Amino acid sequence: MIRKEMIAMLLAGGRNNRLGILTDGVAKSAIPFGGKYRIIDFSLSNCIHSGIDTVGVVTKYRPVRLNKHIGIGVSWDLDKNYGGVTVLPTFHEESGNAVIGSAEAVYRNFEYMQQYHPEYVLIAPGDHLCKMDYEIMLDFLKAMQADVAVCALPVKEGEKAGFAADLYGYIYSPDEEIPADSRQYKSAGIYIFQWTVLKEALLALKDDPLADLEEDVLPYCMKNGKKLCAYEFTGYYEKLSSPAAYWKANLELLYEDRGMGLNLNEHFWKIYTNSEQNAPVYFSDTSAVSDSIIGEGADIQGRVINSVIGAGVTVGPGTVIQDSVVMQEAYIGSGVLIDRAIICEGAGIGDDTVIGFGEFAPSKLDPNTYNSELVIVGENAVIPPDVKIGRNTVISGVTNDDDYPEGELASGSAIIPDWKEGDNA
Amino acid sequence: MRAIGIILAGGDNNRMRELSNRRAVCAMPIAGSFRAIDFALSNMSNSRIKKVAVLTQYNARSLNEHLSSSKWWDFGSKQGGLYVFPPAVNNYTNTWWYSGDADAMYQNLAFLRNSHEPYVAIASADGICKIDFESLLDYHIEKSADITLVCAKGTQEDLNRFGTVKMNDEGRIADIGPAPPETGNGYVPAGIYIIRRRLLIELLQKCAAAGGTDIIKDILIRFKDEKKIYGFRLKSYWRSMSTVESYFRTNMDFLEPEVRDYFFRQYPGIYSKQDDNPPAHFNQGSAIQNSLVSSGCVINGTVEDSVIFKKVYVGKNCVIRNSIILNDVYIGDNSHIENCIVESRNNIRPESDYCGTDEVKIVIGDK
Repeated sequence: MIRKEMIAMLLAGGRNNRLGILTDGVAKSAIPFGGKYRIIDFSLSNCIHSGIDTVGVVTKYRPVRLNKHIGIGVSWDLDKNYGGVTVLPTFHEESGNAVIGSAEAVYRNFEYMQQYHPEYVLIAPGDHLCKMDYEIMLDFLKAMQADVAVCALPVKEGEKAGFAADLYGYIYSPDEEIPADSRQYKSAGIYIFQWTVLKEALLALKDDPLADLEEDVLPYCMKNGKKLCAYEFTGYYEKLSSPAAYWKANLELLYEDRGMGLNLNEHFWKIYTNSEQNAPVYFSDTSAVSDSIIGEGADIQGRVINSVIGAGVTVGPGTVIQDSVVMQEAYIGSGVLIDRAIICEGAGIGDDTVIGFGEFAPSKLDPNTYNSELVIVGENAVIPPDVKIGRNTVISGVTNDDDYPEGELASGSAIIPDWKEGDNA
Repeated sequence: MRAIGIILAGGDNNRMRELSNRRAVCAMPIAGSFRAIDFALSNMSNSRIKKVAVLTQYNARSLNEHLSSSKWWDFGSKQGGLYVFPPAVNNYTNTWWYSGDADAMYQNLAFLRNSHEPYVAIASADGICKIDFESLLDYHIEKSADITLVCAKGTQEDLNRFGTVKMNDEGRIADIGPAPPETGNGYVPAGIYIIRRRLLIELLQKCAAAGGTDIIKDILIRFKDEKKIYGFRLKSYWRSMSTVESYFRTNMDFLEPEVRDYFFRQYPGIYSKQDDNPPAHFNQGSAIQNSLVSSGCVINGTVEDSVIFKKVYVGKNCVIRNSIILNDVYIGDNSHIENCIVESRNNIRPESDYCGTDEVKIVIGDK
């Protein structure tokens, strides 16, 4: 019989509308990050560094690329004879692809968890950025003799609190009297359950396909007298809840030495990834670079300022890229000016194009998602030469000169196949 | 593919000066993020050879570290694997060092005997090239050759060192001998062979019985009339790192777009051990022209016409020109390095000045 003390279930997440066209072709956890990585690399690396060698990645949306990226887990040392990483579907014969809650997604892989006879199950999001030792969180749970540990983030000013815990970390249920010296927290979406407790809750809630870990499972545990504790985490934690937050998290890597962002240089908590590129970056005679991170195999012939450039990107001569994120394998022609943009994987930008000019205008596509000055060029999108693109714009698919009346795209506009101005996104 | 692979990684080479004190030539870092042996390993892997033996002896620690897992080259399978064979030590007083490439294979005859594949692909570990052993085998069969030797276009320096291969129009090798001086063209033996396994065993036994140890001298030249030995003309890029100068030049070749495109972007690729370094970070004050910079580097200064290997820190106001900085080097602020090869895991103090004048200078530095 296989027996593991703790196994991990990473929720790779569904389509995240809050990230707009960044998740058009991939699940959020498979979006490239930091010039080399994909977001799920952080959770997977945390697992292996925390001594968890059995990881189920629960997929809901567009799992192909995630599957290819993870493979059998070689890059994370998760290719194990007993355990290792498994990409799990949430397919269900009766309901097909209907929307399901997070608890239901876990429940649908009940058998997977059961076969390892774990004592504890860690459930963590696969689409958040943090470096965290789950083993310390488990030690905390054991020391508290609790049934469930919830990773708790201190509430910043103006944020809504999720729950309150006392100084020792004991979480009060809403109908208990909360002592005055308790602290307010919000949940990081990372939990450790005693397997027996999780099992009972999942079985009790199995008829509700929308059952959610936070809203249903935790209250169920609390109602049934289980002890919940809050494990306070004060390190870097980022949910990437909008394109602007994604952009900011990337650029913060540049100022890691000034106490912002994640530190990718730590020798003993390396972030592992499956990278196809291994070659060094090439800089030509016409290049200039400052305050930037540039991924492997890129070919830089232009100027790169304050930007994160992915692996295998080509930047033509005379091009200037500033304050931008360019993902893997994008091609930027010559004489291009890019200011404050996110250029997704495999996009192609024609020569002498200006990306990001003029003033901010509210987005006509989706003002809630697109509310910054960023130009977002979708995955494998193509932009013809000699056009000018205003701020807060979104471009997806192959575009040609006809899409740019008078060679311009006004601020706040979008070019999306099957969408025209006035439609809702 | 119906062949096993043997990679000859034995050579001690004092022409590499101080660089080979710390590692075998085949473990020399190359092109920013590779080791020389990656090319031979990747060629074999890409040609679907599944079982590969690396024969090594001098300074093998660095090589063994690099080969700590076979997974980077996809050799970790049931039907095959990657084996490293150092010389046998049979007792405390007598060690059987490999005294030549043929001798190295002869001492591992059991590996050849216990395999069942009909052919053996042999490659030297310090050749920088792409070769498809499957098409090489097709050529070998088409010519009904006994041995096929890959011959590459060499520079005068290569010709002086390796000699030249004289072939007739069909490609049959008439002789391998010293090159005529200063012709500057001709084919050099590239150290890559295809041969039937049983024939190799037979020839190695005959060679050893006659006291021979060298493939070219004691097998190719000796059996050139008796056996059909053909040359395969390799038209694409090939370099062998036999001296410090050729090592330096081979690295600098990767600053050419065609060479980069050929090795880094065209299929099939060259694989190497993954180090999981973060991408290179360029701070304010960095100015980089015509250079390669590898992952894990942090650059604060000027770099021109140079190749920077992994995890190098270049301090503020540094100027690095026409140099090769090997991995894990820290270069303090205001340093000047020109025409140098800086040895790996090195610590260059601030305000240092290293300049190679008439030849490439090797900087060992203070540890």
